[in-house]
Amino acid sequence: MNINRTDALEMVRESISRVIPDADFAALGPGDAFRDVLEMDSLDFLSFVEVLSERSGVRIEDEDTPRLTTLSGSADFLVARSG
Amino acid sequence: MAEFTMPSLGADMDEGTLLEWLVGPGDLVHRGDPVAVVETAKSTIEVECFETGTMTELLVEPGTTVPVGTPLALIGVPAKKPEPPEGGEKPHTTREPRKARQPEGPGETERAAKRRAAPRTQRKGEPAKPPSPPPEPATVPVPVLTTVRQGVHTEAGPLVRHLAEQRGVDLETLHGSGPGGRVTRTDVEEAVAARPPRLRVTPLARRLAAETGVDLATVKGTGKDSAIRAADVRRAAHGPATEIPSAKIGTPTVRPSGERPSVDRGAAMRQAIAGLMSRANRDIPHYYLSTTVDMAAAMDWLHEHNRRSPVGERLLPAALLLKAAALAARDVPELNGSWTDDHFTAGEGVHLGVAVSLRGGGLVAPALHHADTLALPQLMTALKDLVTRARTGRLRGSEVSDATITVTNLGDQGVEAVFGVIYPPQVALVGFGRVVDRPCAVAGLLGVRPVVTSTLSADHRATDGAVGARYLTAVTRLLQNPEQL
Repeated sequence: MNINRTDALEMVRESISRVIPDADFAALGPGDAFRDVLEMDSLDFLSFVEVLSERSGVRIEDEDTPRLTTLSGSADFLVARSG
Repeated sequence: MAEFTMPSLGADMDEGTLLEWLVGPGDLVHRGDPVAVVETAKSTIEVECFETGTMTELLVEPGTTVPVGTPLALIGVPAKKPEPPEGGEKPHTTREPRKARQPEGPGETERAAKRRAAPRTQRKGEPAKPPSPPPEPATVPVPVLTTVRQGVHTEAGPLVRHLAEQRGVDLETLHGSGPGGRVTRTDVEEAVAARPPRLRVTPLARRLAAETGVDLATVKGTGKDSAIRAADVRRAAHGPATEIPSAKIGTPTVRPSGERPSVDRGAAMRQAIAGLMSRANRDIPHYYLSTTVDMAAAMDWLHEHNRRSPVGERLLPAALLLKAAALAARDVPELNGSWTDDHFTAGEGVHLGVAVSLRGGGLVAPALHHADTLALPQLMTALKDLVTRARTGRLRGSEVSDATITVTNLGDQGVEAVFGVIYPPQVALVGFGRVVDRPCAVAGLLGVRPVVTSTLSADHRATDGAVGARYLTAVTRLLQNPEQL
């Protein structure tokens, strides 16, 4: 399944919202390291990876996680992997 | 009859606010069942009961703050001799209301005197002795007390008064159905029943409602017994219901009295931490040890495990670290337990406290019960569950008070080492930093390896450095054989 970039970005946002329900995306730029901005710990991040994997159908390995640092980077990763 | 009292949920707790009853009178409860939600300065906790029986009476209304040890409810316990009737009840049950009414004591006595004076004109036989001041509570048999109390406008016995006070019923508004217009227990209970039904709301839902300005009375609950859950509030917050209540914020119906605004909550949390940590630093002579643990084997094993597992069953390095910490505590039992009354008591089982930082600031350290016996996947599941509940206000009383040793894992925050302050009455606190790649000498060669700094803060009253060293050595050894964790 191909994911376009707009959908990918939306999936990333939604997945973050599932883990951090009160996440303020207005204050989060596409290039910001969202883990730091939203104070996600490793458990939060793991939940995020779980949700994102489930929604996108893309299997995300431990080694891939450095690419999931920013909204923009995460969306790019999904687009690249889904193709 | 057993009393269910406000429990001490940690060394830093003097009082708690009863937020919510999870059971009602007549409900069967089992030992270990959560029966009430209590808010402390640090968190909202589901409190389990320690008896099996029937909830006969709830003594404290939600929203009430009471000291630790105050009876909250009475539980009828089967296979025990029934308590003697009213007069024989435990002293503090009857003493409580008297204490609460003390300020009006003198006025009451005056009124009592007047009233006594009146009937005396009719009943000449009575001795003309002036009424003596109310005798010492502890020695007063209830009937005498009842006579004194007759001075107040509405006639009611002390136990009925006690009940009315705790249920928030104004006796003056009741018409007594007993002899001589006396208010009976049934009158009070009926008055309570006639009030609008209390909403069943989960603590998280309550908090969300307060934050989003949703009037709980307008929310339809989808939980057990129509309890309002967080999801219901969120739904309501997005629906049309939000338009009206914004004006209502701050009215008692929106924010139950037990709910403190989050700013106060943050300040209360800070105070609780300040009190406990000051005490720990003052009373506990800490000693500190540190070692660097090679994590190459553990991380290889972890990545391999995660590659083979569905995303939902993946493990974090924290799971391995916690398991190693728990097993090492079993190996070195001198560090697993508590220091009270000048001696060490070994813990029954390893209940690993896990420091969890909360989103609004502050932290709690609930326990993973029997962490040393949990296989890694179970420990991981338990950890996720514990952290989620710690952050949404759904911890259990036993989790908050049972920890025998605590681990703080500040690796997530990016630091390499943490030397913590022990949680009294525990005697050790284990710290893990971030797993980082560092140059290491391995078998005479320089290599880059993932390592973690593992530290121990321990109570010098309970153990000496050699014991602490044994503990960290055990942690190091355990992490070299991750498949055996």
